Amino acid sequence: MSAAPSPQPAPRTDDAVLEVDDLHVGFETDDGTVSAVRGVSYRLRRGETLGIVGESGSGKSVTSLAIMGLLPGTATIHGSARVVGEELIGLGDAAISRFRGERIAMIFQDPLTSLTPVYTIGRQIAEAVLAHRKQSKKMARDRAIELLDLVGIPNPDQRVDAYPHELSGGMRQRVVVAIAMANDPDVIIADEPTTALDVTVQAQVLDALQAAREATGAAMVLITHDLGVVAGQVDRVGVMYAGRFVEHGTVDDVFYRPRMPYTLGLLGSLPRVDEPRGHRLTPITGTPPSMVHLPPGCPFAPRCPMAEQRCLDEEPPLLPTTGIEHFAACHFHDRLTDDTSPTDLFDPDAADTELTGDHEEQP
Amino acid sequence: MSSRAVPTPARDGEPILSASHLVKHFPVHGKGLFRRQVGEVHAVCDVSLEVHPGETLGIVGESGCGKSTTARLLLNLIPVTSGEVHFEGRELTALSRKQMRPIRRDLQIVFQDPFASLDSRMTVFNLIAEPLKIQGGFKDGGRNRVRELLELVGLKAEHGNRYPHEFSGGQRQRIGIARALALDPKVLVLDEPVSALDVSIQAGVINLLEDLQSELDLSYVLVSHDLSVIRHLVDRVAVMYLGRVVETGTTDQLFGSAAHPYTQALISAIPLPDPHKERARERITLQGDVPNPIDPPSGCRFRTRCPKFMALSETEQRACIEEDPELIDRGQGHPAACHYAEARQLV
Repeated sequence: MSAAPSPQPAPRTDDAVLEVDDLHVGFETDDGTVSAVRGVSYRLRRGETLGIVGESGSGKSVTSLAIMGLLPGTATIHGSARVVGEELIGLGDAAISRFRGERIAMIFQDPLTSLTPVYTIGRQIAEAVLAHRKQSKKMARDRAIELLDLVGIPNPDQRVDAYPHELSGGMRQRVVVAIAMANDPDVIIADEPTTALDVTVQAQVLDALQAAREATGAAMVLITHDLGVVAGQVDRVGVMYAGRFVEHGTVDDVFYRPRMPYTLGLLGSLPRVDEPRGHRLTPITGTPPSMVHLPPGCPFAPRCPMAEQRCLDEEPPLLPTTGIEHFAACHFHDRLTDDTSPTDLFDPDAADTELTGDHEEQP
Repeated sequence: MSSRAVPTPARDGEPILSASHLVKHFPVHGKGLFRRQVGEVHAVCDVSLEVHPGETLGIVGESGCGKSTTARLLLNLIPVTSGEVHFEGRELTALSRKQMRPIRRDLQIVFQDPFASLDSRMTVFNLIAEPLKIQGGFKDGGRNRVRELLELVGLKAEHGNRYPHEFSGGQRQRIGIARALALDPKVLVLDEPVSALDVSIQAGVINLLEDLQSELDLSYVLVSHDLSVIRHLVDRVAVMYLGRVVETGTTDQLFGSAAHPYTQALISAIPLPDPHKERARERITLQGDVPNPIDPPSGCRFRTRCPKFMALSETEQRACIEEDPELIDRGQGHPAACHYAEARQLV
């Protein structure tokens, strides 16, 4: 499906809790197959946090839904995802249910759709506990109170009897975090956990995620479009574009030494409060490609100021760059140095007149 | 066009648009047969603002703080409960719809969602021509004006016969801006203009807004929850919390020496895309949530979440509980509505 072979992003270690290998996800549509994920591989060690960043439609959520077995039957999935050595891809719903919540838990963007409005939050947390543990209801309830306390909800012994509509958005999301950590999973996948929230509430939820990691020792995959959230929370980052990782490395490598023009452009397009005012941002003109009939070559080439003929012919694999764990999918990654600034490459006043049609969707 | 000087701070002289003591209460109705009024949402309480010619005023705050309502009051799109809005010296709130119409040419708005704010059945040409037709300026060179506007916002004139769905989110927002500029306004209210866009697209629209302002000498009112966007685009900022302005000043004053504990918490919570700074910095995490605007706390509205209030002695706390702090300068160089205001540098 993809031209590029996937190298191992990290050396194999025995304490890997989540190993994703060459994962592909396609959806059949009337126009052809939408290749949403095209060969994603990563290895997550115990207690480690991986950030996956990308814009709408880059495949970052679909990757996680595939791992969790939450995609509809119309999706075709290839590749492998193992949690603590056990394969998840291809398992039926009943089989994978043993892993969900127990080994690998997920937190979604909108807490109102993750929680049912008709049960108290205490009952919903207890349900997660009782799904995997033989316990009395009293014990499950006590555990619920303990978890609510851990995620920073005040008066947990009273709040445990509240319904979701009685809580604010930030508190609801912390309840979802409490459910995710209820069974001490090995991996927690958080998909845009703070996107719908205000900035001060976002800080509360990020604190709760931190508490969840410390209390359970779980490894975490943090999926977000916000490079600021990633910078402070993760050990390693994967940048996704058109269904693949286009750069992957430690958070310092990716932020301070980007070797893929897309990453550099993303960093340059951010208005920042920590830098002098008055500088121009560097937009990346154009839009991501349609995932239905992806042309050969690098999917970023039509938007890339460095693109040459080779980029249009041949899709670059993830190649090692500055460090042993730093990979970039760019034929010309060695033209970028530590000192390349976004404005060296991208024109702040570039025209954005290319029409794309209606294949893109609202985020 | 390519490089922009750091904007000058507050200018002297007459403001082009000003609001004094704006109040907006929305009625809350009961669920019974008669839907009797059972209370009022205090959406905007005693807000005063000024926008000078060629300047950008930013209104920042979290959801429900009243920033969008304030923007709509400034444009006289919804009736005020009390207070006044002056545009070029003329009082707007008492004007009828008919009297308001000629003034609308000068006061335009760009909405957040370019997917919802453009009629999908109209061509781009007709979308941009619509304000000209309504205001009666189309016959006189309207076709050329539309082509000119398309090019002004960085689109091609020949795209006029296309429909909105053929454009990307960023391009659609450019169409919305062209529409707002059609009548040559003096003030443009931008209500979360880039919040619905992906970051790489956001930057292009932000650059466009900067260019248009210097080319056309526009005044902007930028409403946003995103402090990074605010700091990038704005000359002066008003921070709102629960219907009130809690701090105001130039962008440098506010981000360099925030005096109100709420502003401090907001600034400290902005995630920085820089791993070293992000790991090293001190974050002020607020407890709890914004109180119900139907029944706001007595005295200072922020006291229920205020880290400073929690550290005060009981006698010191009394001022916060009993007395609503005025928005005045308490020695920090700019006004803040906190009895115990204290400047802090956080970025």
